[in-house]
Amino acid sequence: METTTIKNSDIIIGQKPEGIEGAGFFATSLDKVVGMARKNSIWPLPFATSCCGIEFMATMGSHYDLARFGAERLSFSPRQADLLMVMGTIAKKMGPILRQVYEQMAEPRWVLSVGACASSGGIFDTYSVLQGIDRIIPVDVYVPGCPPRPEQIIDGILKIQHLVQTESLRRRDSPEYKAMLNQYGIE
Amino acid sequence: MEETVTEEKIVAVIRENFPSEVISVESPYGFLTVNLKAGKIIDIIKFLYDKEKYQYLTTICGIHYPENKTIQVMYQLHKLAENKRIRLKIALPEEKPSVPTLTNVFPAANWMERETYDFFGVIFEGHPNLIRILNVEDMIIFPMRKEYPLEDQTREDKNNDMFGR
Repeated sequence: METTTIKNSDIIIGQKPEGIEGAGFFATSLDKVVGMARKNSIWPLPFATSCCGIEFMATMGSHYDLARFGAERLSFSPRQADLLMVMGTIAKKMGPILRQVYEQMAEPRWVLSVGACASSGGIFDTYSVLQGIDRIIPVDVYVPGCPPRPEQIIDGILKIQHLVQTESLRRRDSPEYKAMLNQYGIE
Repeated sequence: MEETVTEEKIVAVIRENFPSEVISVESPYGFLTVNLKAGKIIDIIKFLYDKEKYQYLTTICGIHYPENKTIQVMYQLHKLAENKRIRLKIALPEEKPSVPTLTNVFPAANWMERETYDFFGVIFEGHPNLIRILNVEDMIIFPMRKEYPLEDQTREDKNNDMFGR
């Protein structure tokens, strides 16, 4: 994959997908263009319930600045969000609400599970805490840590970006995907 | 010293008005605690409210004693005028813990009794809305009873090889 660099600088300003290039034209596949556009314009929906949410705030802040990766605009409405970031302990009573938020998101949608609690219940192995959000909604990327540092959250976002970029346009229509959603009881 | 006298006075008043209801009196960490028979608990609290001005209900909670096969219900009252507190305990049978509701004396007892029901399964007869308050509605156990383990029992990845149990 080619990259464009500013002269006398090692800053990469953009990545060009593979394609055929000539004077005045550039031809590539639609998948790659859409993937590149989606990857660099993810709208995350933060679902922050505890200390991992504080780390997320640091991730969004000026020092780590998630906006550098195109996730500038947080969506506090699930309707417009692309990425559900679940950060923190999900009590069993919160489970149906999280599930409803997921169901309200439009396809294509991705889920990032940040921290030990969201991923597995963490230290809260108890009757009142959901033992991992993957019991109620499908998860794309898990970020370990208790809580994970902002670097780890960014690493998780980069993994999500990779998934977003390489996903084929028709994946969400495939019977495998529908069967996977049906496993969770989501139509 | 004077406080002890006052505390004994209130116990004497309870004994006088409700003979043979007091089982024992103790004072753990300086907190006057009266163990009562379950039968007239609401009458006693009503009496303390009307005549002795114990008009603030601090809390209600349950305690499970599996060795005695009892579930205790604890009421904590506060007399704000003199800053005096009293704890009343009754013991209920484990298989059918049931006691009349306190909501007719203290409306604030509503949520406290719901919580006690939620965690210990104590039935408060006459309660206007005795449903779970903190846990999920479809929970089938009373999690603070000792026979139910703390851990979530639906996990399959925690085996004895890794977690030593």
